[in-house]
Amino acid sequence: MSDTQLLLVEGVNKEFPGVKALIDMKFDLKAGEVHALIGENGAGKSTLMKILSGIYEKDSGTIQYKGKEVVVSNPLEAHHLGISIIHQELNLMPHLTVAQNIFIGREPRRASKIFLNDIRLNKMAQELLEELDLKLNPKQRVGELTIARQQMVEIAKAVSYRGEVIIMDEPTSSLTPKESAALFKIIKNLKKSGKGVIFISHRLEELNQISDRVTVIRDGEYVSTLNMEETSIPEIISLMVGRKISQDQRPENRQSHHEVVLKVEGLSTPTLLQDVSFELRKGEILGFAGLIGAGRTELARAIIGADPRSAGKIFVDGRESNIKDPADSVKVGIGYLSEDRKKFGLMLGQNVTFNVILASIPKFINKIGFFKGKPAKEITKHYIDTLRIKTPSERQFIKNLSGGNQQKVVIAKWLTEDCDILIFDEPTRGIDVGAKDEIYRLLEKLASEGKSIIMISSELPEVLRMSDRIAVMCEGRLTGIVDNKDASQQVIMEYATKYRN
Amino acid sequence: MSDITKSQTEAIPSNRLMEFVRREIGQVFALAGLIALFAFFSFMQPAFYSWLNISNGILMSTAVVGLLALGITFVIITGGIDLSVGTNMTLCAVIVGHYVVGWKLPLWSGLVIGMGFGAFVGALNGFMIAFLRLPPFIATLASMKACQGLALVLSHLAPIIFADVKGWSSIAQGNLIGSIPNGALILFFAAIIASVILNRTVLGRYTFALGSNFEATKLSGVKVNRWLIAIYALCGVFVGLGAVVLTSRLGAAQPDLGLGYELQAIAAAIIGGTSLSGGKGSIWGTMIGALIISVLTNGLQVLQVQQEWQYVVVGVVIVIAVYTDNIRRRRAGES
Repeated sequence: MSDTQLLLVEGVNKEFPGVKALIDMKFDLKAGEVHALIGENGAGKSTLMKILSGIYEKDSGTIQYKGKEVVVSNPLEAHHLGISIIHQELNLMPHLTVAQNIFIGREPRRASKIFLNDIRLNKMAQELLEELDLKLNPKQRVGELTIARQQMVEIAKAVSYRGEVIIMDEPTSSLTPKESAALFKIIKNLKKSGKGVIFISHRLEELNQISDRVTVIRDGEYVSTLNMEETSIPEIISLMVGRKISQDQRPENRQSHHEVVLKVEGLSTPTLLQDVSFELRKGEILGFAGLIGAGRTELARAIIGADPRSAGKIFVDGRESNIKDPADSVKVGIGYLSEDRKKFGLMLGQNVTFNVILASIPKFINKIGFFKGKPAKEITKHYIDTLRIKTPSERQFIKNLSGGNQQKVVIAKWLTEDCDILIFDEPTRGIDVGAKDEIYRLLEKLASEGKSIIMISSELPEVLRMSDRIAVMCEGRLTGIVDNKDASQQVIMEYATKYRN
Repeated sequence: MSDITKSQTEAIPSNRLMEFVRREIGQVFALAGLIALFAFFSFMQPAFYSWLNISNGILMSTAVVGLLALGITFVIITGGIDLSVGTNMTLCAVIVGHYVVGWKLPLWSGLVIGMGFGAFVGALNGFMIAFLRLPPFIATLASMKACQGLALVLSHLAPIIFADVKGWSSIAQGNLIGSIPNGALILFFAAIIASVILNRTVLGRYTFALGSNFEATKLSGVKVNRWLIAIYALCGVFVGLGAVVLTSRLGAAQPDLGLGYELQAIAAAIIGGTSLSGGKGSIWGTMIGALIISVLTNGLQVLQVQQEWQYVVVGVVIVIAVYTDNIRRRRAGES
C-alpha cells in the first residue's frame, strides 16, 4: 500500500425527505489498498457510494480526488474522473455480449461515427480480459453466463474506464466460496496495480481475507476506521450495532418431539433433484445446507408444488398429500418463505395489513362477499406486537420497512394462515446483524411453540447455530443428515462437496 | 438463485452455421412455418402460387403492414410499444395529400413530408415517454387517438384523391424490376436499411441495450432519453413511408383508414420472435412474421374461407407462434 491518497471525503451530508442519510460523513482511500466499508442496512453505505459515483448529489461537504476538490454530478463524470462502481444488483444487459456490455456507451465507431466497429470492440474486450486474466468469451451473451461470471464482466467493465477507484457493493452476496476466492484474486491483482478498492460486504468473515482497512458507519454517521490487522470481527460487529451481539450461540435444549409432521420420500424433479427423502419432526428446526446450485430451493419449490415433480411421495401428518400447486400446500399447512422476499413474498406497494392477510383472504370475507376490515386490522396489530415488527402503523407500505421487518411480515402472513410447517429460504439474506439476531430468536420461539421449520441457508454459522438437525445437499441429492451435536463446518462441507471434484 | 450453475453451456459451437442456427433458432422455426403454410395452400389450391397472386395478393398486401412492423420492431426491442403507428400513418397520408394534391408539390417532396411528419409524431411519442415519463402504452394510446382525430379534422372527413398527381400510383404499383411490384421492393429495401441500422449502428446497439436493461444502460452514461426519442422517431419514419405506399396503392388518402394496422404490425413482430419484454428481436424475423400473416390471410381467401374466420385463424397463429417459442426457450434453459 502506498501513501498516495486517492479519495478524501469530508463533512458530507445528505438528506432525503424525512431521513438524514449521511451526517458529517468522512472516508478516505489510498492507492493500492482495499478499504472495507461496513455498517448495517440503512447505515448509509450505499448512499455514500452513490454520491461518489455521481448517482446522488451531496447536500454539503467536500470530495477530493487525488488532492483536488471535485464535483461528481452524474455517472459519466465519475467515470471520466476515474471512479467506477459495481452495483449490488448487477447492471448488465443480458441480451448483449460480454464485449458489448463492457464498452456500452463507448463503442468504437467507424469514421462515419454512426456505424459500429464490432471487430475492434471484440479485440479491445479480448485484450482487456487477457490483461485481467479472466476466462470469458467476448462474443458470448451475458445472459448465458453464471452470476459469478457476470460479476467478472462487471469488473472488466469497471477496470475498462481505467479509473483509479473501484467501488464494489456486496460483490460476493451471490457467489459460492470458490467463486468468491476467484474474485479476491482479481481484487488482489487490482491492488497490486495501484488501484484503490472500496469493498462493501455483509459477510464479515471475508474482511480478514481481503481488506487492509475497515471503516464502520452507523445510522449515517462515521464511527471508526481501523487497520484490519489490529482489529477483530467481534469488535467490528459491536461498532456496527453499537452493542454486543453473541454470534455463536447454539440452540438451547429445545424439546423437539418425535412426531413426524412432514415426510418426503424419493422426491425427484425432471431437471435436478434425485431421490430426496427426509423427515421433519414437530417443533424442530431442520437446517438445509449446501452450495449454491445444490438444489435446496428447488426442493422447497417441488414440495410446495411450485415446480413439477417426476417422482416421490409427500406425507403430511402421516397422510399422503398430493400437492399439485402452492394452493394445495397452503391447505395442508405448509408455508414457503422465498429467498427473494421482494419478488415472491410481498407486495411492496401495499400496506402491512394487506400483506399479512394475503394468503388467507377467504377468512376475512363475510357471507355476502364483503371484506371484513376489523378482524384483518386486529390480527395484523397482534402480529406487529408479538413479532415486534417496527412500523408506524398497520397501514404503512411494505417498501418503507427495513429488510428484517419485511421478513417478519412474511412470517406473519403464514402464521395468519395457520401454517404449522414453515420453509424458510435464506431467511436472513440482506438483513443486517442486529435484525438477524431477532429473526433467529423468532424462529426459535416459533419452534418452541410447536411449529416445524425447514431453514435453507448458505451461511454455515447460521445453520449450525439454528438447526436441531442439518440436512446437506449436493448436486440435487441429499448427501447426509447430521445432528447438531455432531455437526461442524468441516463435516457439512464434506457432505456438500461429495459429488464435486 | 440456486439455478445459476446448472444447465449453462459456456461452450460455443465452433461451426459458424451451427452457431447462427442456435442463436436464431426462433427465426429458423418461423421460416419453416412460413414455408409449410405456403406449401399447404399451394397444395390445396394451385391458383395460390400463381405469380399474380404472389405478387399482387401476397407481396403487395404485405408492404404497408410490413413497413409499420419494421418501425415497431425497434420500439418493441426497447421494451416499449407504439400503438400510434396505424393512425399516425393515416395522418401522414392526409398531410402528404394536403401538400402534394392541394399545393401541387413535386412527387419526391411527398416522400420527404410523409417520412418527416411520421418522424415528428414518433419523436413526440419519444418525448412523452422519456421526459414526461409516461408509460409507452399510455403515451402512444394518446397519440393514437389524437392522430385519428387530426386526420379527420384536416381532411374534412373526405378522402384526398391522388389521381391528378403524375406518377404517384406507380410508387407502389409500378414495376421497376421485372414484374415485382414496387411496393414490395420498397419494403425489401427498407428492411435491408432497418437491418443495417439495428445491427451495425450505435442506435441499433442502444435499442437492444435499453430493452435489455434500461437502468444499466443509463448508469453506463448513455444518454437514454435522447436515444429513446430517436428510436421512436425512426419508427415514425417507417410509418411515413408506409403512408406513401398506402396512398399510392389506393390512389387516395382515406382519413378513416389506418386504425387497426398497429395491431397487425405488432402481431407480425411478435410472430417473428420479437419479445414484448424487450432486448430481443430481429428485422428478418419481423419480415417473416408479416409474410406469415399475409400468406395466411391470402391463402384463406383463396380457399374461400369467410373473412370472420380469417381473423380467428390469425389469432390462433399468434398463440401458437409465441407458445412454441416459449417452450423452445424453456427447453433451452433460457430464462
